[in-house]
Amino acid sequence: MNYDIIIAGGGVIGGMVARELSKYNLSVCILEKQNDVAMGASKANSGIIHGGYDPEPNTLKAKMNSRGVELLYKAAKELNVPFKQNGSMICAFGKAEESEVHNLYNRGIENNIKEMRIISGDEARKIEPALSDEVSLVLYVPTAGIICPYKLTIAAIGNAMDNGVELIRNFEICNIKKNDSGFIITSTNGQEVSAKYLINCAGCHGDKVAKLAGDGEFEIIPRAGEYLLLDKAEGSTVSHTIFQVPSANGKGILVTPTADGNLLTGPTAAVVESADNNEITPEGIKTVIDLAKRSVPEIQFSKVITSFAGVRSSEKNGDFIIEASKKVEGLVNVAAIDSPGLTSCVAIAEYVTEILKNMGVTLNAKENWVGNRADTEAFNHMTDDEKDAFIKQNPAYGKIVCRCESITEGEIRAAVRQNPKALDMDGVKRRTRSGMGRCQGGFCSPYVMRIIAEENGIKMEDVTKKGGASKMVVGRM
Amino acid sequence: MLKCDIAIIGGGPAGMAAACAAYDAGVKDVIVFDREDEMGGILRQCIHNGFGLHKLGKELTGPEYAAVYANMVKERGIKVYTNTTVLKLSNDKVVTATNTDGILKIKAKAVILAMGCRERSRGALNICGTRPAGIYSAGTAQKLINCEGYMVGKRVVILGSGDIGLIMARRMSLQGAKVEAVCEIMSYSGGLTRNIVQCLEDYNIPLYLSTTVAEIHGRERLEGVTIAEVDANRQPIESTKRYIPCDTLLLSCGLIPENELTTGAGIKIDRITSGAVVDQNRQTEIEGIFACGNVLQVHDLVDYVSDEAEIAGKGAAEYVMGNKTSGEVIVTKAGNGVRYVLPQRIVKNDESVSLFLRVTKPFGKVKFTVKSGDEVLATAIRLKAAPGEMEKLTVKAEKMAFAEKEITVELEEV
Repeated sequence: MNYDIIIAGGGVIGGMVARELSKYNLSVCILEKQNDVAMGASKANSGIIHGGYDPEPNTLKAKMNSRGVELLYKAAKELNVPFKQNGSMICAFGKAEESEVHNLYNRGIENNIKEMRIISGDEARKIEPALSDEVSLVLYVPTAGIICPYKLTIAAIGNAMDNGVELIRNFEICNIKKNDSGFIITSTNGQEVSAKYLINCAGCHGDKVAKLAGDGEFEIIPRAGEYLLLDKAEGSTVSHTIFQVPSANGKGILVTPTADGNLLTGPTAAVVESADNNEITPEGIKTVIDLAKRSVPEIQFSKVITSFAGVRSSEKNGDFIIEASKKVEGLVNVAAIDSPGLTSCVAIAEYVTEILKNMGVTLNAKENWVGNRADTEAFNHMTDDEKDAFIKQNPAYGKIVCRCESITEGEIRAAVRQNPKALDMDGVKRRTRSGMGRCQGGFCSPYVMRIIAEENGIKMEDVTKKGGASKMVVGRM
Repeated sequence: MLKCDIAIIGGGPAGMAAACAAYDAGVKDVIVFDREDEMGGILRQCIHNGFGLHKLGKELTGPEYAAVYANMVKERGIKVYTNTTVLKLSNDKVVTATNTDGILKIKAKAVILAMGCRERSRGALNICGTRPAGIYSAGTAQKLINCEGYMVGKRVVILGSGDIGLIMARRMSLQGAKVEAVCEIMSYSGGLTRNIVQCLEDYNIPLYLSTTVAEIHGRERLEGVTIAEVDANRQPIESTKRYIPCDTLLLSCGLIPENELTTGAGIKIDRITSGAVVDQNRQTEIEGIFACGNVLQVHDLVDYVSDEAEIAGKGAAEYVMGNKTSGEVIVTKAGNGVRYVLPQRIVKNDESVSLFLRVTKPFGKVKFTVKSGDEVLATAIRLKAAPGEMEKLTVKAEKMAFAEKEITVELEEV
């Protein structure tokens, strides 16, 4: 197939770029190497909408972050992705760290961040009682928030698809040929597509894709971050996102409620060999527990329901790379998008579109573009009477499949059918939260397997956890 | 809003026995809610035998044991809502449930909690490494094999020597899988002795004590695990690490009572049992709400679940009929060598009281003593005691008369 534009990578950046481009009369295709979207850093990060005080002034990070916050809140509303503007606190522990709070405040002023203020530890504990007594000074950023990063990615790509963008999964790029009319891209499983323009949103593999296209100007440094996620029963331990003043390794260990109501602690920051190094380590777990307890001593780590690690892509200069390739015509690199990448995603998409325009891409707005996506959680928000009436019309919504999160068969079937379809167990989990609760799929897995098999017309033996060889069972008895 | 005398949440062994006991005690307007298409709970997937020896005097399989009680429920004409999940319980005993007909709300005079328990998941165990397919809690694998008819793997390592893990070691072997090892982080097994003999020894499956799974390997499907012996702090010892190739890891690392509805209603939970705090009738600290079975304390044998459910069923019926127990409240305490004692409270009357407890670690010959102040209320000798086997001690009515404020159960090695 030939397209105007190919986007390499179905993460939150590729997804938001796709959604932005779906506004125009262009043929656009996303190539994703996994069986689902949001499989890299987009599924395993802190889910924070950063206030914008942290990036060095005048960097792309500073610009994208300060522009991105408002754009992201707007997009989340349109896409019906749950978020909460819960505010963040950046904590200093004792005199030695207090100067860093003032530095961040001043940087925030330079970055044009509004409503920030510096408060004492005691003031902070009045609005966040679980905060450690050791916290002496706090930068309070009320505009910061929390959002579910994979739901945002899924919704952005789903909305782009609703507006005509194509998604090809299991397309791992192994070769890119450049000729006068553009790029010819082949995958490890023998598929081939071509396009005039290539937007490289390949996350931790961004340097490899750039090299394949003939541009070897940068190198991605993958950094793994490990997290511990706690039961919803602990979700109200804190109401704000609690940071410690940053170190050279990132924004440090945070403690935050998630948009879905759990408590999240992490991440560590360890440079790893590749994007595939997303293991949980004993050192990582220990670091998260020790440092999270420094901020909030009363966290009940016996209520951890799962641990995970995400690999973020950074670059030696420390800033985002968002530019037309200097070496390869038609290639746009969007790389090294680590924190605050999630916050910046819509602003980055807007900026990329501007770059394409400057490269000569004609942007004719579609007349029938629809920016809203159906609310996949509508049922959950209904009153009991509304639910009763809805179930009478749609009985599958009366059958609870995931007991921990109260997810119904109706919700799961809807999620499997909606763009981008859920093809595997983890895909259903990220879309519906079925299997994401305290039993971690212990009870609902057999039911969800059956639904996936039925909806996709495959055998139970072919249902996978996350595509490829990740089969759930090995055969019929 | 609908009304009933007794609403029972859960139609497993506890719910079924409680329903029959309540009915037989004189309350006929009983409703059982069950989320599955048939009553029976987890027994439906336990197709091995060993059920009913104490209670029914014969050895049955899980589904057979469940059928005995399901028939008793049917014979009594007790109303059962299957395929119905209870979403909420309020402290004034309004049960909100859902099924394919819609949302139903029922105001009950008494409620019996019988929701059972769940298995501890991989995430809660903080096992390091990757997150591939092929890692199941033992009960999930049991359901897939016994109820759905799918084989979960061919080469298996089992972490945890709880009874379900042991049963599944045998089940997987019978089905042609190679069970490489059962690893137990403690220095003793938490399972019943008979299961260690019949499920591991008879099949030459090694049980490694003081050993854990330190790391999980494989990106898509599980490829292997690193096992290691643990030190006194239960941390893996580097020099003992060894790799075992396998495509399946089953987890049998403990059961957790499913008390989300309970806490939602504001009922006090015991930190040790993870179940409600109850009196001798299994009444929680909210009057008219009772609890029994694995939602109250995790049992070893279903027979004892049925026993406990009968106490709760009868207690709920007496409550509905207006025969409320009142009197001095005595608190039970776990003393030396005892992990917990249930019930946690005793409302003093002129009846004997049975105390259920677990010990803290394996012991040889022990003497249990039940005391209130300096008064010895009961003693019992056991040739051995282990955390995996629940103990029952009875304080006779004439001795209960001497109990004041607090009763302590302790043991000494003899």
